[in-house]
Amino acid sequence: MSASLSFQDIILTLQRYWGGQGCAILQPYDLEVGAGTFHPATTLRALGPKPWNAAFVQPSRRPSDGRYGENPNRLQHYYQFQVILKPSPDDLIDLYLGSLDAIGIDRHKHDIRFVEDDWESPTLGAWGLGWEVWCDGMEVTQLTYFQQVAGHECAPVAGELTYGLERLAMYVQGVESVYDLRYNDAGVSYGDVFLKNEQQFSAYNFEHANTERLFQHFKDVSEECRALVAAKLPLPAYDQAIKASHLFNLLNARGVISVAERQAYIGRVRDLVKGVADVWVEQGA
Amino acid sequence: MNFLLELGSEEIPARMQAAAAEQLARRFTDALKAAGLAHGAVTADATPRRLWLRAADIAAASAASSEERKGPAATAPEAAIAGFLRSTGLTREQLEERETPKGVVLFAQIKRDGRSANDILAEVVPTLVRDFDWPKSMRWGAASATAGSPRWVRPLTGIVALLGDTVVDCSVHGISAGRQTRGHRIHAPGLLSIDNADSYAAQLLAAKVIVASAERRAIIETRAAEVAAARGLSVIPDAGLVAENAGLTEWPVPMLGSFDPAFLAVPREVIQLTMRTNQKYFACTDAGGALAPNFICVANLDASDGGVAIVAGNERVLSARLSDAKFFWDQDVATVTAGGLEAFLPKLGDIVFHEKLGTVADKVERVAKLARWLVESGAITGDATLAEQAARLCKADLVSATVGEFPEVQGLAGAYLARVAGLDPQVVDAIRDHYKPVGQGDDVPTASVSVAVALADKLDTLVGFFWQNELPTGSRDPFALRRAALGCLGIIANSNLRFSLLPVFDQAHVAHLGPSTDVKITARRNTNLLGDHVEDSFVLLDFFADRLKVQQREAGVRHDLIDAVFALGGEDDLVRLLARVKALQAFIATDDGANLLAGYKRAANILKIEAKKDEPTPDPARAGREEVHPAEAALAAALDAALPAAAAAVAAEEFGAAMTALAGLRAPVDRFFADVMVNDPDPAVRAERLALLGRFRDAVHAVADFSKVEG
Repeated sequence: MSASLSFQDIILTLQRYWGGQGCAILQPYDLEVGAGTFHPATTLRALGPKPWNAAFVQPSRRPSDGRYGENPNRLQHYYQFQVILKPSPDDLIDLYLGSLDAIGIDRHKHDIRFVEDDWESPTLGAWGLGWEVWCDGMEVTQLTYFQQVAGHECAPVAGELTYGLERLAMYVQGVESVYDLRYNDAGVSYGDVFLKNEQQFSAYNFEHANTERLFQHFKDVSEECRALVAAKLPLPAYDQAIKASHLFNLLNARGVISVAERQAYIGRVRDLVKGVADVWVEQGA
Repeated sequence: MNFLLELGSEEIPARMQAAAAEQLARRFTDALKAAGLAHGAVTADATPRRLWLRAADIAAASAASSEERKGPAATAPEAAIAGFLRSTGLTREQLEERETPKGVVLFAQIKRDGRSANDILAEVVPTLVRDFDWPKSMRWGAASATAGSPRWVRPLTGIVALLGDTVVDCSVHGISAGRQTRGHRIHAPGLLSIDNADSYAAQLLAAKVIVASAERRAIIETRAAEVAAARGLSVIPDAGLVAENAGLTEWPVPMLGSFDPAFLAVPREVIQLTMRTNQKYFACTDAGGALAPNFICVANLDASDGGVAIVAGNERVLSARLSDAKFFWDQDVATVTAGGLEAFLPKLGDIVFHEKLGTVADKVERVAKLARWLVESGAITGDATLAEQAARLCKADLVSATVGEFPEVQGLAGAYLARVAGLDPQVVDAIRDHYKPVGQGDDVPTASVSVAVALADKLDTLVGFFWQNELPTGSRDPFALRRAALGCLGIIANSNLRFSLLPVFDQAHVAHLGPSTDVKITARRNTNLLGDHVEDSFVLLDFFADRLKVQQREAGVRHDLIDAVFALGGEDDLVRLLARVKALQAFIATDDGANLLAGYKRAANILKIEAKKDEPTPDPARAGREEVHPAEAALAAALDAALPAAAAAVAAEEFGAAMTALAGLRAPVDRFFADVMVNDPDPAVRAERLALLGRFRDAVHAVADFSKVEG
């Protein structure tokens, strides 16, 4: 079945497609984030009045989702392809359907459905309305009209597309396990590249991460973030907020944050992001 | 002429479509009424991509109207008259002077010409869109850069407004109404020009859009049944799922898929839940009624390959989901096989039930004791040991992997696991049913062990929260206490459980407080045991009385009659209470009952008035009255007969007979009021007659407090 695209060709195709639509093709942000939305090209650029069109791959780390490489569908590290279009174009959905054509999903053969999904990120203080897009019953993309980010109303509203690349590739290639994906057409599988990562990082996330040090790191980066906000340097401050978020996710995976504390930690990260966004907007976004 | 309005949108959430269509029809009808524009039938409906309305026989114009308005006096100050002229748009000469009792007053006749339907609709449509109320709305696009930008459920893509074959010229949010719309997203992606209001549905049908939701629902139901029948299967009916799929499709195409029968090892409810909530699939049963390894998905497409790829894709998705479910289930089965259902119990100590009421493990301990006690005390006839065992295990599944992933199957998963553990079928059923009933119309458990656990669980919750003063207020009932009380009532009434509630409340309360002493259900309440908390049980009994009224309203039982029996005090046996209320309601509906009630009210009134008078009361038993009025004597005799008869009947719980005994009083009472004057000049006679009325009142009160009866 090599008529279908390899994992890397899906990425290349999406980049070419969205590049052709006028998007700046960026590279992944070089910090651990829980979702592509954390990339400053999304979070910060969604704020303020300036138009912005970008697309990029972003590795996403969800420490709690690790399964030691034993579950065919769950990963603690996976890829999202993000598209951010501000203001949201009137033909956003048509553009999206065009991208499915590009990666070989024939819309006359496959059932594409838009199912209500209200998106909310408590850590980012953000929400929006949109859909999860189903292809033959499989959720392959989230499509969101951002209404608020970091407590600020979006004006204008940005449209955000998030493709789950592994799922999409599994669908396109017709494989049952993520590790069986053809990474390229030269014999490399997804498992060849990532199986060891999943095994080792699951062990780290769940068993070995030194929680005492992580708590200390959380404190340190929070202080650093606030100091940088005070120094009116929102971009470096945002890096610290991202780190705080990931540290929280690690602590959560280690099971050392109680249900009651959980909300408090989320609130702390949200406050950091809010502080950053306030300065960012104040400086003209 | 007929009118068509279509508000095009990106995909509207399925759950909002019906209410939106209803709102559109209501707002439109109201607006036309306000404008005085006559019209015929109004239909509104929705698909995922459009909200539409058709109004038949719109009048060409609104009727001309005139209105008379009263102004100030002719002699009023200039400023007042000028103001009136401004508000009416008339001149001083056009006003009429009219003599009134208050002098000469100015009157204005305001005439309004009729307005054309087109003009009215051109105003109505933008207002409709601007004022529309979505449960959640959003901004979008370039316009959202400025304040006050349009809001809609999802981006509003276009407006079609046609009166006959003419576009109603208007615009809102920068979108001009026209005749162009779009058909099916995939099958007919281009622009479609609607000819006129009547051709709308047919033109869209040609563009593979079925605009009527009822038609889409019918297609889903019919085709789903057909594709199932072709394989000898039946679809499990699910109207909610039909409606949801009709809200997700403009061109619904049901298709049958299958999954690996090995997944049928997972409880069928878990499989159905996964299919329904995650994938919106219908489940099927085979000829024997067993869950079939099949599903029906509803595509929004006539696929070019006949649906082969769609079915294959959906099968893969479901297979992944069922693998997950089976993984969790297998894990639980392994746990139970190794250590029994008890293996889960230690973890219940980690779940807080409520900060003031301890962990779930604490709750289970209390419920287990209470369930045993309910049986041992005779409130429920059954096996006390099984009741305690079932109660101890009923929450075990809360920490199972399956319930962790599918919280909706709590209870059910526990029952399946109990069966795996080889427990007594009565215990299995009790674990499954102990949350029931969870609402009006839900099944009510009837098996004795299930009843014991279901009651004990709810009573423990109710007593605990009442003790902690965490009571429902208004619409807030975060711990679902009203539902719990209704559940108790349902169980008690359904199984005719005969016991006094107060000692049961006390016993449940004792479990919360700690002491191990048992309350005796038949004995007088042991007030020492509860100390300061002895009154709490009465508060809870009142709460039950209120719930009982709500519950019985549907059965047609009058709430005032429930009050009339509760008001006698001391009645906390709900079955007996209801029997009495029902007998009372039947009695009051009879001629005798209605008249007796009237007589009672009259007697009670007289007694009330007399009680207020501060007169010395002569001894009514004063001997020597020459002549007792025959009507008086007859009533006295009737009372002598009726009182013991009614009391005996009540004691024997033969409430119909008690009412019959009272009915015997009707004629003598009527005669007494007709022939005898209570207010006799002789105070002694008066007192005697009042005493007779008093006896009559007391006789009636042996059955119910008629003063609470309305009407």
